[in-house]
Amino acid sequence: MKKVYGIVIFVALVLLIAACSADSSGDMESDGGSDENESSDSSSGEVEIFSWWTGAGEEDGLLAFIDLFEEKHPDITVENAAVAGGAGTNAKAVLATRMQGNDPPSTFQVHGGEELNKSWVAADKMEPLNDLFEENEWMDKFPEELIELVSEGDDIYSVPVNIHRGNVFFYNMEIFEENDIEVPTSFDEFFAAAEQLEEAGITPIALGDKESWPATQVFENILLGVLGPDDYQNLFAGEIEFDDERVVEAIEIFGQMLDYVNEDHASRNWQDAAQLVASGEAAMINMGDWAKGYFANDLDLETNEDFGYFPFPDTDGEFQVITDTFGLPKGVENTEEVEKFLTEFGSVEGQDTFNPLKGGIPARVDADPEEYDEYGKDAMEDFTNSRLVPSLAHGSAASEGFLTKANQAVNIFVTQGDIDNFIQALENAAPEM
Amino acid sequence: MAKGTQIKNKRKISKDQWTAICFLIPSLFLILVFVYGFIGWTGYVSLSNYNSLVPDFSFAGLKNYIYLFQDFRFQSDLRNTLFFTIFFIGMVIVMGLGLAILIDQKLKGETIFRNIFLFPMALSFVVTGVVWQWLLNPSTGFNQFLQVFGIQPKWYTDTNILAGFEWGNIEFGLPIAIIAVVIAAVWQMTGFSLAMYLAGLRGIPDELREAARMDGASEFQVYRKVVLPMLLPITMSVVIIMAHISLKIFDLIYAMTGPGANFVTDVPGVYMFETTFRGNYYANGAAIAIIMLLLVAVFIVPYLWSNRKGDR
Repeated sequence: MKKVYGIVIFVALVLLIAACSADSSGDMESDGGSDENESSDSSSGEVEIFSWWTGAGEEDGLLAFIDLFEEKHPDITVENAAVAGGAGTNAKAVLATRMQGNDPPSTFQVHGGEELNKSWVAADKMEPLNDLFEENEWMDKFPEELIELVSEGDDIYSVPVNIHRGNVFFYNMEIFEENDIEVPTSFDEFFAAAEQLEEAGITPIALGDKESWPATQVFENILLGVLGPDDYQNLFAGEIEFDDERVVEAIEIFGQMLDYVNEDHASRNWQDAAQLVASGEAAMINMGDWAKGYFANDLDLETNEDFGYFPFPDTDGEFQVITDTFGLPKGVENTEEVEKFLTEFGSVEGQDTFNPLKGGIPARVDADPEEYDEYGKDAMEDFTNSRLVPSLAHGSAASEGFLTKANQAVNIFVTQGDIDNFIQALENAAPEM
Repeated sequence: MAKGTQIKNKRKISKDQWTAICFLIPSLFLILVFVYGFIGWTGYVSLSNYNSLVPDFSFAGLKNYIYLFQDFRFQSDLRNTLFFTIFFIGMVIVMGLGLAILIDQKLKGETIFRNIFLFPMALSFVVTGVVWQWLLNPSTGFNQFLQVFGIQPKWYTDTNILAGFEWGNIEFGLPIAIIAVVIAAVWQMTGFSLAMYLAGLRGIPDELREAARMDGASEFQVYRKVVLPMLLPITMSVVIIMAHISLKIFDLIYAMTGPGANFVTDVPGVYMFETTFRGNYYANGAAIAIIMLLLVAVFIVPYLWSNRKGDR
C-alpha cells in the first residue's frame, strides 16, 4: 500500500516540477527578449503574418515579399502563418478562434469591404491606420473608392495590397476562331455565341461550383450587368428590394446561363473547370483573374494566344474589385514592427514584388506597369478608368453572414431553378447584410 | 459473517478505492470541465442571440432551433443523415460479418487477409475522402472508361433522389449521391466490424457447433440458429459505434464532396462548420451541435441503459 502512496506523491511532484519549469522557461524567454532589446538600439522582433496564400503563385508572391522585407529590416523576423484552404475557408475559422481568444496574429489577410468592416471593425478588434496613411502620403496613391472600401466612417482600417477583377470571362481562342465567334459584349450576343457553341458540340461555359462561390460570382456579375453600378451598390445597401423586377430578370438570365454549363459542375472546383477551357472541352469561364495566373503559371498557356479575356457582358467600364488587405488587430504588442511591415507592403516596391507573382495587379495607381504582363497592363488601365464596385462573392459587398446564406441560396437555385424560392431566401437573409 | 471482519474488510477495500479515487479525480475534474462544462456552454450559446462576431448572450429562447427546423438545408441534412446511417451501418455489418465468416473457415494466410481488410482503418476519413473523390471524379480514369460505353457516371454529383416524394419544398427519398459517400465510408470501416466479428466467432466454443452438427443441423443452420444469435452483443456494439460515427460524420464528406449539389450529400456536421466558422452564426452553430448530440444520445443512452441492467 505504501508503494501506491509513493506513486501518488511522485506523480504530484512530477506535475509540480513540470508546472514550475514551464513557468521558469517562460521567464527565461522574456528575459532573453529584454536582453536583446537592450543590446540593439533599433526595435527588433517578430511579425506574424496570417493569410491563406499557400497556392502556387500566391505563395511565391508572399515569400518574395517576405524576402524583400527581411532584407530591408534584418532585425525583424517574419513568421509566415499561412493556413491552406480555398478562398480562406479554413483560415477564417482559425482566425476567428484566435481573435476571440485574444491571441491575434500581428497582421492578417482580409478582403476589403464588409468582410473587414462588418466583422472585425464592428467587433472593435481593429486599430485605425489613419496616421500610417498620412505618414506615407497614401491618400492619393490608392483610388478613393478603394480607401472607402477599407474604411468605416472616417477611420481607415487596412492597407490594400492587391486587386483582382471578378467580372472577366476567359475564353479558349482557338475555339472562338474555329467557330468564327466574336467576343460578345451584351447578354444577347453572349447567348447567341453560347447557342452556336452548343450546336458545334462544345460546352459553352465551364463552371466549377463544388464550393458555391464561383456560382455566386457569376450571379453577382449578372446583377451588375442588369442593375448597373449604382443600383448594384444600392441593392446591397438595402435600398432596393430583392423582389425588384430587375433582380428577377437577373435571376432569369442566371438560369439561362446555367443551361449552358458543363453537366458535372458540382464535382469540380474552379481549377478543374478552368482546365476544361484550357483543354478545349469548354469555350469560356467566368473567373476572377487569379485564373490568369493559373493558365499562365500552372498550365503554361500564352496570354492572347491560347486564351483571351473579355469583360462580363454588359459590365464594360465596370470593375468588380476583390482586394486583399492587411490591418492591425487590437492587442498586438509590437505595433511598431507591424506598421513597418504594412508600410513596406503598401509601398510601390513591395507591391511590384508581390503582385506579378501572385497574378493580381497592385492596389496603388502609381505602380510600374512594366512589371506586369499584357493582361496585367490591361487590367491596370481598366482599374484606373473604371467604376469600381465591391464583390459579394468575396465578402466586400455584404457581411460574411449574408454571404453564407446567399451562397446557400445560390446553391439551391443552381439545382432546383426555382426563382421564387431564390428571391425568398435572399429576402430572408437581407437583414444580415 | 461477524460484524468486526465486515468493517475490517470494508476498510481494506476502501483503502484501495481511495487510491483509485485519487487517480480518478484529476481526470474526472478535467472531463467535468472540458466535456460536460463545454456541452453545457454550447447549450447555453444555442439559446442566445450570439449570431455575429460581437458576443451577445441575451436569451433567445428556442429561436435558433425553430430557425433550423424551418431551414431547407437543415431538413435536407437530417434526411441525408438518416439514409447515410441506415446504409452505412447495414453495409458495414453485412460486409464485416460476411468477410469474418469467410476468414473463419480456417483459411490459409488468414493474417494476411485480416491485415489487408483492417488496413483502411489506419487512414483518417480525410484521406479516404480525398482518395475516393479522385476515384469517383467524373473526369478521371475509370469514369472516362465508362463513357466509352455511353455511361456517364455522376456518382457524388447526382442530384436525383430515388423513390422521392415532396413535402413542403423538401424532397424525401434516397439521394443517389449519398451512395457514393456510403461506399467510401464502408470501405474504411468494414475492417473494424470484421475484426469485431472475427473475435466474436472465435469466442464461440467449437463444442457448440459440433453439438449442433451432431443433432443433424446443416452448416447453414449452424450459423442461422447457433452462431448468429451468439453474435448479437457484437452486433450491438458495432451498431452503436458506427451510429455515432455516421451521425457525427464531417471530415469524409467535407473532403469528398463539400456540401454537394443541392445539399444532397450535406450533413449536420458540415453545416455546423460552415454556419459557425464561415458565417459567424455561433448560436445557430451551437444549436446544430446540440441537435447532433441529441441524435447520438438516442443511440447511446439505450445502450448504456441495457449495459447497466446487464451489470446487475
